[in-house]
Amino acid sequence: MAQDSGTRTLISQAQLRRGKGRFVYWSLLAVVVLGFTLVFIGPLYWMVTGALKSGQEIAQTPPTLYPKDPNFSNYTNAWQNLNLAKLLFNTFYYAIGAVLFQLVFDTAAAYALSKLRPILGNVILGAMLGTLMIPAIVLIVPQYVTVIDLPIVHVSLINQPLAIWLPLVANAFNIFLLKRFFDSIPEDLMSAAQVDGAGPLRTLWSIILPMSRPILGVVSIFAVTYVWKDFLWPKLVMPDGSTRTVSVGIVAFSGGSSVNEIIAASVIAAIPTVIIFLIFQRNIMSGLTAGSVKG
Amino acid sequence: MATITAPGTTEKLSRSTTASRASARRGRKVRDNLTGHLFLLGAVLCFALFTWYPMIRGIIMSFQKTKRGVTTWVGLDNYTRIVADPSFWPAWRNTVYFTLLALIIGYAVPFFVAILLNELRHAKGYLRVLVYLPVMLPPASALFLFKFYAYDPSDAGLFNAVLKALHLPTSQWMQSPTATMPAMVIASTWMNMGGAVLIYLASLQNIPGELYEAAELDGAGLWRRIWNVTIPQTKLILGLLAMMQIVATMQVFIEPLILANGAGTQDSATTVAYLIYQHGFYQNDLNGAAALGVITLVALAAFSAVYLRLTTKND
Repeated sequence: MAQDSGTRTLISQAQLRRGKGRFVYWSLLAVVVLGFTLVFIGPLYWMVTGALKSGQEIAQTPPTLYPKDPNFSNYTNAWQNLNLAKLLFNTFYYAIGAVLFQLVFDTAAAYALSKLRPILGNVILGAMLGTLMIPAIVLIVPQYVTVIDLPIVHVSLINQPLAIWLPLVANAFNIFLLKRFFDSIPEDLMSAAQVDGAGPLRTLWSIILPMSRPILGVVSIFAVTYVWKDFLWPKLVMPDGSTRTVSVGIVAFSGGSSVNEIIAASVIAAIPTVIIFLIFQRNIMSGLTAGSVKG
Repeated sequence: MATITAPGTTEKLSRSTTASRASARRGRKVRDNLTGHLFLLGAVLCFALFTWYPMIRGIIMSFQKTKRGVTTWVGLDNYTRIVADPSFWPAWRNTVYFTLLALIIGYAVPFFVAILLNELRHAKGYLRVLVYLPVMLPPASALFLFKFYAYDPSDAGLFNAVLKALHLPTSQWMQSPTATMPAMVIASTWMNMGGAVLIYLASLQNIPGELYEAAELDGAGLWRRIWNVTIPQTKLILGLLAMMQIVATMQVFIEPLILANGAGTQDSATTVAYLIYQHGFYQNDLNGAAALGVITLVALAAFSAVYLRLTTKND
């Protein structure tokens, strides 16, 4: 039997193909596919259909598997009562801004550190990477104090989108990821551009960026999902009902609303990130492992 | 350019060109450094404003007190006040308990899930998408799902319905002080394990198959192969993720806030991160919160130092 040693894992292919091994493999596969669907899709199914049930049906024992008399009033009520259109728009606006700010400032910084290499560049990179070891919660109080009264200019960024956009630029992981990618772009291309009379900005724009599309895509997707998922920081710096993000809004409303409405709102809040994931899952998964060390 | 603008005798030409070349090189070097720093400026300003400066400011704040706009130095007052808070020790106990539980559940489970998925040759893409799906949900959405549907203390709750169908005792979940922490870890693991699974999978795929083959020829069974081949081969990534997980679990905040309405029954859900939030933004005690932040940072740094010492010694 031909055995491909390249794909050999814990258990050999040969063993899996033999009578007993084959049976065990297929039953295991069936159990895993079924079990995983139940564990990871099951709760989401419960959530989407639960919000279609009446308050009476949701409190019923044993619970019903599907809504007996589905009605969308929980969804429409949540949409209106929480002003979800505004909350979703805010979140989307902050997410797009975060992408632009990160792409402009972080790629510029990574480009400088990778290709222009100004003096003290490595010291600056070290100081940036050092912040990765500091848990965000430790900095939350002094960061908040800084945002309500910026040093020197004495301006408050509360309820200003910049309060979300600017701190996200200080992302050492992004800069490191981008720098590593730029490092792999051959130096010859850079000198060729220089001979042709291209300045640093021109080289970045017409040579580096077009070659870096995959990594830029990954950074953008992560920025969007980060803003969509973040909770404590937007809660602190966007306290007004009209500037809130969708996660903060749902939690703020959870006190006085019915369970089914809160769940319906949670479903609506989750739809954009789930759609992004289903479209870009390949990029997300490759980006996730690109930054990690090979073990 | 300099060579064109410097005509003359050969002797003169060579002297003037070397001189102007040197000055041009020096000029370009200064200019390159300047453009380099110009490109760095935006990011460096953001780092300075939102991480470097707050780090120092947090330490300074922890020794100060601001009353009616007047800031004074108060020594260790904030520290003694924060340690005397009746929730201080429960918060640390809960955070360490959460971290340990998360290491047993949230750390071992993704590793074995990754080993399992690596052995399967079908439905690979589907299973990976499934495992990562919860990571994409906003935590608030996912936690409301757990709070209202899974951890409903009546028999209508998802978990209790399953337990009842299996004829096992049901639980009060978030209303029971002993079940609170395990319930929070289960929800947190479900939400976050996708990332770890995918990173493990990538490193499992780098293990050379010959190692397993050799182990098998030596008569190593399934568990021995995991213990003697899989684990040593993924040691680096296992160590890295353990460290990342500990830093992440030190910051557990949204789980107690949503699942247990904050502190939970008898402080059973209070975490250090929640206590920082509570002092800073609820009791308006920013200085106390800053002091707790410094304590957390010192504790984590001490832990990291010990961890690094232990792990590098073994190599």
